Amino acid sequence: MSVLKALVQALGSGGVRVVDLTQTLSEDFPTIVLPPEFGPSAPVRIERISRYDAAGPAWYWNNLSFGEHTGTHFDAPAHWFTGRDRPLGTVDTLPVGHMVAPACVIDCSAGSAADDDFLLTREMVEAWEAEHGLVPDGAWVLMRSDWSKRTGADYANLRDDGAHTPGPDAGCIRWLVEERGILGFGTETIGTDAGQGGHFDPPFPAHHFLHGAGRYGLQCLTNLHLLPPVGAVLMTAPLKVHEGSGSPLRVLAMVEDNA
Amino acid sequence: MVLAVPVTVPYARHSTKPAQWWAARALKALADGAGMSHRDFDGLSVSSFSLAPDSTVGLTQHFGLSPRYIEFLPLGGVSGVAALRRAARAVQAGDAGVVACIGADGNAPQSFRRSLENFSRASQDAVYPYGAGGPNVSFALIAQAFMADTGLTRADIGRLAVAQRANAGLNPEALLRAPLTLDAYLGARPIAPPIHLFDCVMPCAGAEGFLVMREEAAKAQGLPFVRLAGSIERYNAFPEDPVMLRGGWARDVDVLWSQAGMGPQDMDLVQTYDDYPFVSAMQFADLGFCARGDLKDFLAARDFTVAGDLPHNTSGGQLSVGQAGCAGGFIGLVEAIRQLTGVAGARQVAEAKRALVSGFGMIVFDRGLSSAAVVLEAA
Amino acid sequence: MTRKKSNPLLRTRRPLLPPGARSRSAHLLTAAAARGDFVLPCCAGCGRFLWPMAEGCPACLSEVGVKAAPQGARVISATTAEVPAAPYFRERAPWRVGLVQMEAGPQAVVHLHPAAQAGDKVVLRLVLDRAGQAVLNAGPEGGEMSDPQWQAMVADPRDRRVLITDARHVCALPLAQGLAKAGAVTIHCGLPEAWKPFPGRAALQAVPGVRIVPLDVISDRSVADAATDMAGRVEIVVNTADLPRPGGLLGPVAQVEARAMAETVQMGLLRLARAFGPALAGRGADGDKGGVAWVNVLSVFARAHPPGWAGYAAAHAAALALSHALRADLAAGGVRLVTVLTGPTEDGWFQTVDPPKVTARALADAILKALTNGLEEVAVGDVAKDLLARLEENPKAVERELAQGGLTG
Repeated sequence: MSVLKALVQALGSGGVRVVDLTQTLSEDFPTIVLPPEFGPSAPVRIERISRYDAAGPAWYWNNLSFGEHTGTHFDAPAHWFTGRDRPLGTVDTLPVGHMVAPACVIDCSAGSAADDDFLLTREMVEAWEAEHGLVPDGAWVLMRSDWSKRTGADYANLRDDGAHTPGPDAGCIRWLVEERGILGFGTETIGTDAGQGGHFDPPFPAHHFLHGAGRYGLQCLTNLHLLPPVGAVLMTAPLKVHEGSGSPLRVLAMVEDNA
Repeated sequence: MVLAVPVTVPYARHSTKPAQWWAARALKALADGAGMSHRDFDGLSVSSFSLAPDSTVGLTQHFGLSPRYIEFLPLGGVSGVAALRRAARAVQAGDAGVVACIGADGNAPQSFRRSLENFSRASQDAVYPYGAGGPNVSFALIAQAFMADTGLTRADIGRLAVAQRANAGLNPEALLRAPLTLDAYLGARPIAPPIHLFDCVMPCAGAEGFLVMREEAAKAQGLPFVRLAGSIERYNAFPEDPVMLRGGWARDVDVLWSQAGMGPQDMDLVQTYDDYPFVSAMQFADLGFCARGDLKDFLAARDFTVAGDLPHNTSGGQLSVGQAGCAGGFIGLVEAIRQLTGVAGARQVAEAKRALVSGFGMIVFDRGLSSAAVVLEAA
Repeated sequence: MTRKKSNPLLRTRRPLLPPGARSRSAHLLTAAAARGDFVLPCCAGCGRFLWPMAEGCPACLSEVGVKAAPQGARVISATTAEVPAAPYFRERAPWRVGLVQMEAGPQAVVHLHPAAQAGDKVVLRLVLDRAGQAVLNAGPEGGEMSDPQWQAMVADPRDRRVLITDARHVCALPLAQGLAKAGAVTIHCGLPEAWKPFPGRAALQAVPGVRIVPLDVISDRSVADAATDMAGRVEIVVNTADLPRPGGLLGPVAQVEARAMAETVQMGLLRLARAFGPALAGRGADGDKGGVAWVNVLSVFARAHPPGWAGYAAAHAAALALSHALRADLAAGGVRLVTVLTGPTEDGWFQTVDPPKVTARALADAILKALTNGLEEVAVGDVAKDLLARLEENPKAVERELAQGGLTG
């Protein structure tokens, strides 16, 4: 039996389930907050054109507008200065083969619950590898923090000195990129970096090392608790925006029972 | 100059007919009464508030006339006297032979209120926005000042209204004929104190008219007529008065009586402009029947009914017959012609030879701007 | 809370308006009443005061303008219209009307305080009535607030429910405090981006009647949700939504910020107007405490546009332009649109603007005064007043002066 035929059968029988890792794209979902001297991202806006009314009696549609980095979204290499010279670094040129890839899920929920500024370290990943095997080349590493179960102000978790959300430390992300050859890094928070990542060395190390190596970021993911540590396959196709640095997208995971 | 053929198109409280219809009925009555074709009237003077978009010129074609003199005089309470004075000068100067003078207005249920909105710019800017739209509130403010100045009470003034209603009882065409007692007058619903219900006229539809011509013409046509003995007309007579305690008659009264060669004591009947009875009281004083300070005694001493010693507004006046827009400026004049030509029927004043008719109009907020009067004499 | 609940079985009284037709020249009085100034028609030749507005002086036939005038008057006569002709007054009868002799010279019919009688001395005020047109109101000195006829012309917050659209505005707290003190029963305070910290929450919530509600004027859904909740239950809307961002056209973030400011200030007003306007106007006669006012708190840069505040001025100018459409729509219900033009406030985004700044308290007080005195146009602060005065005097000079560095961001 062909692989695809087997996949379709498995999807039909429930042997393979599709899990939605996407937050609803809505106007009140928090977005990244930068110091105000920098240009802000446009928020998500949904403006009704018509809904079976005088503006369109039989049809319903909206005008959408948003920044490239709103909602559950994809960061392309060109998003960061370190990735500016990478070939195929914008979403319109992205190799489509990268849009279907395996994922490793590292459960940091306990640590994140205890510490808003929880940092994922190389040691923690190595401990995870001891149990689940090495992170394979070309895989997504998803940092499960259960942060997506928070909402509103708790989710953004802004204080006087900025956001306080978990993320990887600089050494960890550099090691994952350089030693494990990961395809990208995904988080449940706003940003692949920790909320205080701007104070790390280098600043925003996940952005720095991932995109500098032509790798990708996924953020504002949800439902990571429904994924197995290994075995899930992610489908991550951002909008084909001309020279886009990223885009909101629907992130789906295929999960095989008893994998 | 003489006046002949007094006509009244019987009034209606409300009418589906426009002013043009009422004017046409009056014109036909004038032609019928004169025994002439209306095409033989070579002068046409029309007074109306509700003729728009027409004026007199449009009516000439509408009614098939080819006059060489026309006049449009939407002057309210002085319309009749003003029409008479201009027509008489035109005939005197040879500009016309027979002038038909008509006051006519329609009245739909909401047209009175709407006409208030367009009454005058001063009213639009400075009266209507104050809940003082329509004449009642403005006249209440004037009446209060006038009564304070003269010492008149509502009971003094009410005598005029009661007498007029008695007169109306003799006029089958009056809209309000039910007897009115002084108690009922005093006990009436307040509208804007001191103005109460029976101080107010009832807006209605109707038309009045008469002919002006030379005496010889009237005689040749075999028409009963009355002579014009004297007349005055004045606008904005006392601009310095803070509020209207006197009308323009006070400024011109001596001219009137000297023109006429008569005095108030010679009058067999008086037709004042009675949009409110206190305004009639003001006219008695200003036209020399008594000093303003003596009005209280004057009103108490005289009997204003048809059979009384000073018959006043013998048809019932506007207070009882109704106020048909600009026809209200004609009602007293037409009634006086009727009385002096002896055709007033049940309300005929005995031995009526001389009459005073006065007009008043264009209320702003603190005064009426127009005043006029004529003295008529039987042939 | 003394607000009387309405009977849901009865038809809500539909708004009627007092007669609103005026001669063109009479709107010189409207302009003065909108600002709370007392002027009378005045002859340019001989200087005598006139009433009503005229096109020529009756004494010398010179042209007539308007001029500040003494406000004193004496009642010549007074009456109570029991059966007024205009339907607006008929349903509010009895209505007190007076004829007064003004100290300035002319006589006038006025809306008269119930206690005033013939012979009494009164103080005249020009105020906008429910039709939005200037009328003369006569009352004893300082005694107007108790006069129901005066109350029918102003927008007193007492026993009314208010929406302050942006609780993050610098004036929101003192305004809520002032409204509560003035007797407002409920003060909804819209909170945009509720996921961001709101340091003022505790202080605002301590104000009696305050209810913090999610409201983000840049979101159709948020505005619609708020309107579903509140539109039929607020009588005064104070739109404080703002996003002050300095910078000229060529600044690095000018374009992005200009759009963001337009979204908040211009489009935000549009969204609010569409969601809240019809309900507010429709309730303009809903009892004695029906819908009464909409206040737009705008920058004076809506009128004078410093190049250093290009996007901000454009957003506010656009909002001012839109507000005239809203004013016309609200006018159908007798609901007043108040334009408050403020100079730079103590908001941190005006940090580099030279003083004097408008304190939050001063802005709040100006808004409250506009409501209780029935004003339609208010300039707040010396900078705003100066700019508007200069604009009236010589607009080209203002343009040049601002281009040469006045009011830089």
